[in-house]
Amino acid sequence: MSKAMQAIMTAVLLALLGGCAAPQPWVKPYEREHFADPIMSMSRNPVSDVYLEHVFETREGARGATGLVGGGCGCN
Amino acid sequence: MQLSGAARSAHPSAIFGLTPFARTLCALIVITAPVIAGVLPEDRADVLWHYYNGGDITVEGPEVLVRKKVGDSLSLTAGYYEDMISSASIDVKLSASPYHEVRKQENVGADFQHGKTIYSFGYIHSREPDYIANTTVYSLSQDMFGDLTTVTMGYHRAWDQIYRDIKVNGIIQNDPTFYERADHRGYSLSLSQIVTRSLILGFNWELLTDQGYLANPYRKIRYASPGVGEGFTLADQVYPNTRTSNAGSVQAKYYLPWRAALTGSYRYYTDTWAIRAHTYQLQYTQPWKQWIFDGGIRYYEQTHASFYSDLFPYADYQNFMARDRELAAFHSIDVGVGAAYEFPHVSWAPWVNRSTFNVKADHLTVDYSDFRNALLAGIYGAGNEPLYVLNANIFQVFVSIWY
Repeated sequence: MSKAMQAIMTAVLLALLGGCAAPQPWVKPYEREHFADPIMSMSRNPVSDVYLEHVFETREGARGATGLVGGGCGCN
Repeated sequence: MQLSGAARSAHPSAIFGLTPFARTLCALIVITAPVIAGVLPEDRADVLWHYYNGGDITVEGPEVLVRKKVGDSLSLTAGYYEDMISSASIDVKLSASPYHEVRKQENVGADFQHGKTIYSFGYIHSREPDYIANTTVYSLSQDMFGDLTTVTMGYHRAWDQIYRDIKVNGIIQNDPTFYERADHRGYSLSLSQIVTRSLILGFNWELLTDQGYLANPYRKIRYASPGVGEGFTLADQVYPNTRTSNAGSVQAKYYLPWRAALTGSYRYYTDTWAIRAHTYQLQYTQPWKQWIFDGGIRYYEQTHASFYSDLFPYADYQNFMARDRELAAFHSIDVGVGAAYEFPHVSWAPWVNRSTFNVKADHLTVDYSDFRNALLAGIYGAGNEPLYVLNANIFQVFVSIWY
C-alpha cells in the first residue's frame, strides 16, 4: 500500500471515528420553550390535517411524504 | 343509489377522488402522526364533522379519534371515519346517473415507548359496497443528539379486494364476473431537526409501490369517432398493473417573536407513470386570548401520466389508456382559514385538562390543462370543449378534548 493510500485511509478512519462522537445539543433543553407551544406543532390537529390531506390526495396524482407522519419537537 | 344499466362511470371511491388505498394511507397518518419520539402522545379525543361540496359532489360525515395511555409506556388509539356521498360529478354524468353511497372505516393502533424509542403498530379496515381494504402499519421513532433530532422509519402493507357494482332488475349487486385484487407497500423515512430556538425543520421521503388492479372499473376513456354521436365513443380504461412512486418533502416552522408561527413546505413527487408534481404550502398561525387563528395557501401542479389522454385518436390507440382526472395535467390552489376557541376549565369535569372548539373553511380551485368538459361535446365538438375547472368548498367542525 502506497504512503498516499495509507494517508488517505488514516484520514478516512479518523473522520469516521470523529463522527462517532455525539454532537453536543446546541439548543439546550431550557431553550426549547417555543417548541412546547402548541402553535409550533407540525400537526396541531392531526384529525383535521389528515382529512384535508385526504381531500387533496384524492384529487391528485401525487401521494406520500406529506410530513404528517413522525416529527418531533424535542420538547420533553 | 341510481345506476345506469351497465355500471357507473366513476368508481365510488374516486368520486371523492379517493381510492380506499389513499384513505388507508390517511388513516395511517392518523395513527402515527401524534407520535413524538421519546414522548407518548397526549390522551386526547377528537370528534369531527367534515363537509365537501364541489363538482356536483357532496361528501360529508363524522370522524372520531380517541387516544388513551395505558400505564407509562403504552398508548392506544381507536378511530372511526365515514363518508356519505351524493355524486353527480362530470364523470358520472358522462355515462351513468347520480348515486348515494356510504363508506366506513375503522382503525386501531398502539404506540409502545422504550427509552427514547417509540414502536407503533396499526390496523385499518375500510369497506364500501364494491371495495374492501385491509392495512397494517409499523413505524419506529428514535430521538437522538440531545433530543434535537427525531428519526422515524415506517412500513405499511395493504391488501385490497375490488368489486364492481351492477344493477340487475333494479337491485344493485356485485358483478359476479368481476373480482380483482391489489397489494400496496409503503416505506417512509422522516427526520425532524431543531435548528435554532425558534426554527424546526422536517424532511420526509416515502416510497410507495402498488401491484394488481389499479384502474377504476367504472370510468371510461373516450376516443374520436367522427360522425358518430357527439364525435367520441367511450371504452374501458386499461391501466398498468404496477406503479412505484417517490416523494420527498421539506418543511420549516418558525416561531415569530410576537407569539405566532410561520410554516412553509415543499414536496417533489415522481412516479413510474411519468407524473411529476410540485406542492408548495405556506401557513400562518396567530393566537389571540383564548383563540388561535390559522390562514394558509397551498399551490399544487402536476404533469399528466404517460398513458393519459382526454381524447384518444382511435380505439386501442395504445396498450395502456386512461382518462381519470387525477392523472391529467393541472394546477390547483387551496386557500384556507381556521379558528380554535379554548374553553375555560370547567369545575364539573375536572378530568378535562383542555378542550377546544374548532372550525375550518377551505376553497379549492383545480384548473385542468388537458381534461375537457365532455358533456359539452355536442356544442363545441369532441376535443374542442372548454377545459374543466373544479371549484369546491370544504368545511370542518370539530371538538378536541385532552384528558
